[in-house]
Amino acid sequence: MLSKQQARNFFLGGTLVTFLAFIGLTIFSFSKTQDQTNDENITEAVVRGKDLWEANNCMGCHTILGEGAYYAPELTKVIERRGPAYINAVLRQPVSWAPHGRKMVAYGFSEEETKDLIAFFEWIGEVDLNGFDTVVSPLAKEDN
Amino acid sequence: MKYKSQKVAYWFFALSMLLFGLQIVYGFIMGFAHAGFDNLHEVIPFNTARAVHTNLLVVWLLSGFMGAAYYIIPEEAQRELVNVKLAYVQLISLALVGVVAIVGYHFNYWEGRKFLEIPRPLDYLVVINVLLFLGLILVTLFKGKRRTTTALVLSMGLLFAALLYLPGMLPFDSQVKDSFFRWWVVHLWVEGVWELIMGGILSFLLIKLTGVDREVIEKWLYVIVGLTFLSGVLGTGHHYYYIGVNKIWLIVGGIFSALEPLAFLAMALFAVNMYRKGEKKHPNKLALYWTLGASIVSFVGAGLLGFAHTLPQTNLYTHGTLVTAMHGHLAFWGAYAMIVLAIISYSLPNMTGRKLYESTLGRMAFWMSNIGIIGMTVAFGVAGVVQVYLERKLKMDFMVVQKEIEVHFMVLLVCATLFTTGIILYMIDFYKHGRPNDEALESVSDD
Repeated sequence: MLSKQQARNFFLGGTLVTFLAFIGLTIFSFSKTQDQTNDENITEAVVRGKDLWEANNCMGCHTILGEGAYYAPELTKVIERRGPAYINAVLRQPVSWAPHGRKMVAYGFSEEETKDLIAFFEWIGEVDLNGFDTVVSPLAKEDN
Repeated sequence: MKYKSQKVAYWFFALSMLLFGLQIVYGFIMGFAHAGFDNLHEVIPFNTARAVHTNLLVVWLLSGFMGAAYYIIPEEAQRELVNVKLAYVQLISLALVGVVAIVGYHFNYWEGRKFLEIPRPLDYLVVINVLLFLGLILVTLFKGKRRTTTALVLSMGLLFAALLYLPGMLPFDSQVKDSFFRWWVVHLWVEGVWELIMGGILSFLLIKLTGVDREVIEKWLYVIVGLTFLSGVLGTGHHYYYIGVNKIWLIVGGIFSALEPLAFLAMALFAVNMYRKGEKKHPNKLALYWTLGASIVSFVGAGLLGFAHTLPQTNLYTHGTLVTAMHGHLAFWGAYAMIVLAIISYSLPNMTGRKLYESTLGRMAFWMSNIGIIGMTVAFGVAGVVQVYLERKLKMDFMVVQKEIEVHFMVLLVCATLFTTGIILYMIDFYKHGRPNDEALESVSDD
């Protein structure tokens, strides 16, 4: 029968091995040949756009890369789906945008801020999502 | 209660109760908004309600874990807490940071990163607060007469939870990398080190409630936390399938996530078997209900419902839908909320000297909250599956689908009302126990 000492070794050994494997896989997936995060195309505008995305907690309603809240549409492929002109109109609205009655906060972004956010969406739209885009991307495209 | 300084736990539990109540209020705001009644939009828009709802959850659970540690560590180490005054300072500063963060969310003062919305300057205060807490716990443990496995596992969980907060503070220009390392905090907390904390508390409660030999319980504790890490660490991969990183995670995450329910199954079997084996029948039945309940509901909520969408083939469709909310609610309730409520139910009579073990109120609280949350889980599940089918199979527009599923949020609100009634009863029971006092020292000294 298993002793307490053996049980402890199982815990410590298992944890160490899986943790090392986890670190190794992390390094592997971000290594130059394996990286698919579209890192090389990040511009200053993209970073400013990401800062705006965070500063306004857009993820508190929308999802991006499938992550966030489930109150408003997924935005990873929003450029492909709606195009920059539509996004520009929504972001600059001084009153709440309310498709089907569900209200978005009226941010009234400036022209510069809107450009940065669009740059951010353009960048993220090019990330390789392992096929998730085939499920998510066309969903509104065909209807609008 | 054996040591006077254990009383500090009461105030951490009281803070937990308060914040839990507030968390539910914001949950209702979100539920109503989803059902089509977003009348509070101008004052509390959805993203504010969401950040408050999830952050309050984290803070009240942490406050509960801290209270549990302040209660358990002196008893396990067999000495008073090294400094009670500092423990109160830590409590007040925790409450202050929490309140400032929550108020800030109403004024667009946050960092919009799911679950980690606390703005950077406040992050540093959290770090200082947690260091103070860990200092008090670890020094007490190492100055103590004995170092039990239960105390070590609990402290290790708390220490790693603090360390794992740090990757979430690293700045990244890439949304993908930001997300990748955010899961180091969120996933490795809830499916990793928090389970050490849960295991530690569970083991303490089982030793006290069942009377089974400590050596037996602690041996199995090692096996369970071992299984947790073996599956949970690489199981992080299930968050990496579709966020823009290498396909290797589809394989690694898929395999190890499939093993994750085993750790929870082991925990449930362990708790139930120890209860059966136990010859001591502790009079505090309510604490036993919550303890066994936590181990079983966490297996269903975290283990089974988690597995329901961690296979890459399923997750392709369910990623980023209400299916996640379905799993999230029962998992957090079973694994963490219930274990905090269990340690409160156990320790409260000991700290106050009022042995309200057999209250009808307490039993009603247990059943109403559990039935309520199961109903909520079903409502979320139905809404989620309908959403997946209409949106991702039939390619209907997001908002058109949202209109279709509004009715399920009405069901959710009804079940949430039942749940809330249960929690209110629990709070009344908490209040009825009165304040902790030193006279309670002798009255239950043989626990």
